[in-house]
Formats: sequence, structure tokens, C-alpha cells
Amino acid sequence: MAEEVVLLDFWPSLFGMRSRIALAEKGIKYEYKEEDLRNKSALLLQMNPVHKKIPVLIHNGKPVCESLIQVQYIDEVWHDKAPLLPSDPYQKATVRFWADYIDKKIYDLGSRVWKTKGEEQATAKKEFIESLKLIEKELGDKPYFGGESFGYVDVAFIPFYSWFYAYEKCGNFSIEAECPKLIAWAKRCMQKESVAKSLPDQQKVYDFILQMKKHFGIE
Amino acid sequence: MAVVELFGTWFSPYAYRVIWALKLKGISYEYIEEDIRNKSPLLLQYNPIHKKVPVLVHDGKPICESTVILQYIDEIWPQNPLLPADPYDRAVALFWIKFADDKVYLMSKLYQADGEEQRAAVKEWLEMLEVMEENALIGGKKFFGGDEINMVDIAFSFVAHWLGVLEDVVGLEIFEPHKFPRVSSWIQNFKSIPLIKENLPDADKMSAFSKHGREMMLASKSN
Repeated sequence: MAEEVVLLDFWPSLFGMRSRIALAEKGIKYEYKEEDLRNKSALLLQMNPVHKKIPVLIHNGKPVCESLIQVQYIDEVWHDKAPLLPSDPYQKATVRFWADYIDKKIYDLGSRVWKTKGEEQATAKKEFIESLKLIEKELGDKPYFGGESFGYVDVAFIPFYSWFYAYEKCGNFSIEAECPKLIAWAKRCMQKESVAKSLPDQQKVYDFILQMKKHFGIE
Repeated sequence: MAVVELFGTWFSPYAYRVIWALKLKGISYEYIEEDIRNKSPLLLQYNPIHKKVPVLVHDGKPICESTVILQYIDEIWPQNPLLPADPYDRAVALFWIKFADDKVYLMSKLYQADGEEQRAAVKEWLEMLEVMEENALIGGKKFFGGDEINMVDIAFSFVAHWLGVLEDVVGLEIFEPHKFPRVSSWIQNFKSIPLIKENLPDADKMSAFSKHGREMMLASKSN
């Protein structure tokens, strides 16, 4: 039976980008469907009735929801090419821990940087930089979080690079000045076709954020 | 022989997840009780980022975050598997585990709330129970894992035992069994399993402990 893979997504979504990258790493042909989040398709509502969110990966008609679960699923099903998760259980636990940290801390703090202002933003910015420094420490001198090869944590985190310009402009700071190794890592990842094709332009993301700020009434 | 240590607290639903998983697999371990108001240097060394329990230490190597720990346990000791073998079924199980994990904060949200905040917290609880009833427990299975419990049942355990204690502490009935028949059935089945029944923190002890803590917290809030 021919494999049918569909990805319901929204172009600036950090989470959608993860699945795009994983699919590209594995060389999987799929249909990309852009969702209008103000007018969600019947398909999206049917495939993710609990959260009604993107991304949704639909494999032969069956939905997989949550980006990290999608990446692990993709890695398991198409296991013969470009492995993303390590095979050793302890190393697996380590990469899962860091992916969880990225979702729990970095994503929330980054959101607060562009969504707030004044005192609240100053605190968010400080904590955001601290969390970036922590993850930069985890990277160390390795070319990728996965070591010699691009792996699960790289996939989980590189989408944020497309949002760095927006965070910097909103928070008035430079991520490169604070975390030069992270920027070097990001540029290295961007050399990969799977990443370059999956991430939107940083200016475009910033314009989108400005629109969102207007929408939420944040100046 | 490899040494397995578990750092936990006597009332933590997260610690119990790990206890049940280890017992289901027949793994011996040493349990270390932590006082969260006075964390041990060893805990802070093993979990410097979150400084929380549970932490599993296997052969001197720490693993943090209960869901990460459960998956590690399942991979290292494959007997009595806690996740489906099929990748798609596993993805669905992981979805529900994440759903449960993302809702555990409702415990502290309700615990800390009064007045309007409390009404909002109760509403969120009911929405969560609705999803369990209408989306998660369909198919007439005894457990999320089928005829036996798996990691999804373990993830939802806070609903089976800790919610009842919370209701007693805040003086509200949130879970009405007749409104959630599937969830109610699941709770009864889950708590009937000897391994679970024999390994639960005492509800009265938790209630007394939490009531006291809540009184102090609400008093300091109004000052």
C-alpha cells in the first residue's frame, strides 16, 4: 500500500517545524496543508478533537498529535534512515529530558518576552537568557546536541532560531551576544537542507509577531 | 549488581508512578524520602535543573521527570511492558500520557485557589474529566492498557486517588460518579489492583497534612 502522509500545520509554528524537519530528514514525501487558525478546517477538528491544534501528522488516515510524539513516531516508523533518537536507553532519557525542558521553560519564557512589556518583560528576558545559557552549556563543544550527528534535541530546538530575531527586537537584546555557541550551532543546522527548507524567514516571523501584538493589544 | 535508588516524597503522585512501574517489573530499589522544604545535597546534585522528586538513580546515573523515568524503566526492563509495541498505538498512548501530565497542575491550582479562582479551577477540572470520559476511555476497555494497566493508567492515577484527597481538603465535590461513569469504573478497577491498593499514600494522612498547609497558605495570601 502506498504511504500517505499529510501534515496539518501553520507556517510560523515552532512545533510544526519540528515535524517538517523530521519528515525531510527521512526523505518522506508528504502533503503539507496550511491551516487558518481563525477558521480551522473540518479535517483538523476531526483529527485533533481534544486540542484542535496543529501540527497534526496523518499517516494513512490515522492522526498523530503533539510535535515531539510525531518526531518519535517518524523516527520509529522510518527507522532505516537518519536516526534521530539514540539507541541507548540512558541517552534516550537524556534527550527526552532536554526536549521536555525546551517545551516547559524555553517556549514559555520566549512567549513572555514578546507578549509582555515593562517589568514583566524584563523578568521574562532575564529568565529566557538564563534558560538559553543552560541549554548552551548542555551543547558544550559538540557540533550538534546529538553529538556528531543531528538528533532529537536539535530537531526540537532549531525551530526557535527562526523566532530569535523577533524575540530580540521585542526584548531589545542580542542572543548572539549572550550565547554565541548557540548561534554557531544554529547556523550549522541551517546548512542542512531539511532545516533550511522547514524554517520560515526571520523577518517574516517578526512581522507576524507584530501583527499578533496588535491583535492582543500589546504595544 | 546494579543499584536502583528512588528519591521521592510520601505524598507525591509522580513518585508513586515510578514505584508502581518498578514493582510491576519486579525491580528492587532503595527508596529515599526527601523533605521538600529541606532538600538533600544529593537530590540537588542529581537534579540541579528542576530540584524536584522523583529522581531515579540507576548505577549512579540520574534520570529526572517522571514520564522520562517511566519510559527509561520500560526500555531497560522490558518484562510487563508499559507501552504498546506498535508505533501508532504507542503514539496514541504517549498523547494521553502528555494530556494527563499537562493537567496535573490542576491539583495545585485548585489547592491554592479560593473565590473566583476556585470556580475557574473547578471548571477546568470538569473539562478535563469530560475529555477523559468522552475521548480517552471509549472502547469499553477495563483499563487504558486494555485488560491490564499500562503507563497511561499510571499517568492518570492522580484522578483515581489524589483528587479525592483534594476534594476533602477544599471541601468540594468535583467528581460526581454518575456524571462520569467510564472514569468512575476505571477508578474502581485501578484501585482494586493489589499492587496499586497496597502502594498508595494514606488519604487521611495526606488530607490532614494538606489542610494544614492550605490554611497557612490562604492566611498568608490575605495578609
